[in-house]
Amino acid sequence: MNRFVLPLAIFVLMVGLLGYGLRLDPKKVPSPLIDKPAPSFSLAMLDDPSRQLSTADMTGQVWVLNVWASWCVSCRAEHEVISVLARKNLVTVVGLNYKDEPGDATRWLQQFGNPYATSVIDRDGRVGIDWGVYGVPETFVIGADGMIKYKHIGPVTHESLEQKIMPVLRELLS
Amino acid sequence: MRSLPLLLMLVLWVVPVQAVIEAYEFESAQMEADYKKLIDELRCLVCQNQNLSASDADLARDLRRETYEMLQQGKSPQQVVDFMVTRYGDFVLYRPQFKSTTYLLWLGPFLLLLLVLYLLVRRLRKAQKPVEVDAAAMAEAKSLLEDNEPDK
Repeated sequence: MNRFVLPLAIFVLMVGLLGYGLRLDPKKVPSPLIDKPAPSFSLAMLDDPSRQLSTADMTGQVWVLNVWASWCVSCRAEHEVISVLARKNLVTVVGLNYKDEPGDATRWLQQFGNPYATSVIDRDGRVGIDWGVYGVPETFVIGADGMIKYKHIGPVTHESLEQKIMPVLRELLS
Repeated sequence: MRSLPLLLMLVLWVVPVQAVIEAYEFESAQMEADYKKLIDELRCLVCQNQNLSASDADLARDLRRETYEMLQQGKSPQQVVDFMVTRYGDFVLYRPQFKSTTYLLWLGPFLLLLLVLYLLVRRLRKAQKPVEVDAAAMAEAKSLLEDNEPDK
């Protein structure tokens, strides 16, 4: 009887570990940028390319950067949730229009509504690389101290907004 | 038989399949070698089981361009790797760095090997020891064996 104990224990341990592994999403790569200064950018605004928005303009306030593109299907899915967040008027929601045609992007906003305080154009995706973006949509929460506090990978759902993003925002704003 | 040339053409028309389509010009053979090594060892984060050289994803193309430009600017391969790691984390490396969080990863197999060797040696030693049986038990076993001897 005794000789079954060790193999059984190892088996249970393996099942436990593998079971835990199944619940993880390998598509979600933890960002090394959390609690690091937000990479700076200075980019032309989508609605008025003659004007620029830079990360320096945002220091001193809590803000959200949402990476989106008109060609991105899940961005359409999360659009409603981002709009809900923007309507709360808690924080400035900035859009990073990632590797998009400005014409397409403007039409997209006209068609579905524009939740962003402003969107900036990252035509060749270089700012996206600086921010460690590897798939759209992605959403960053940046604190008043200019540090990235939270990163959400993939479309934000109503649940993840309430359970993940809002608690971070509330803590930063309190 | 008229179709033979056509058949031959089809058979011989083998196109080497390669995902990397950009043709970059390098100043030196060393730089080209560095570039090839880097894009072989960096992971594409979109299609996670491919490296940058094998992936045709948009992001992989951008990161290849970034790698090329950094090398052109005279950056060392290590600087390129650091650039990628600060943005995408250790996951971007197919060959993880040797540091406190990866000690177990690098040393784990050797520790396991040592453990198994230790267990093996212990078991072999045990098997070599002659089994000691006290005289009373031996006598009893003998008598039992003799009792059970089939009658002839």
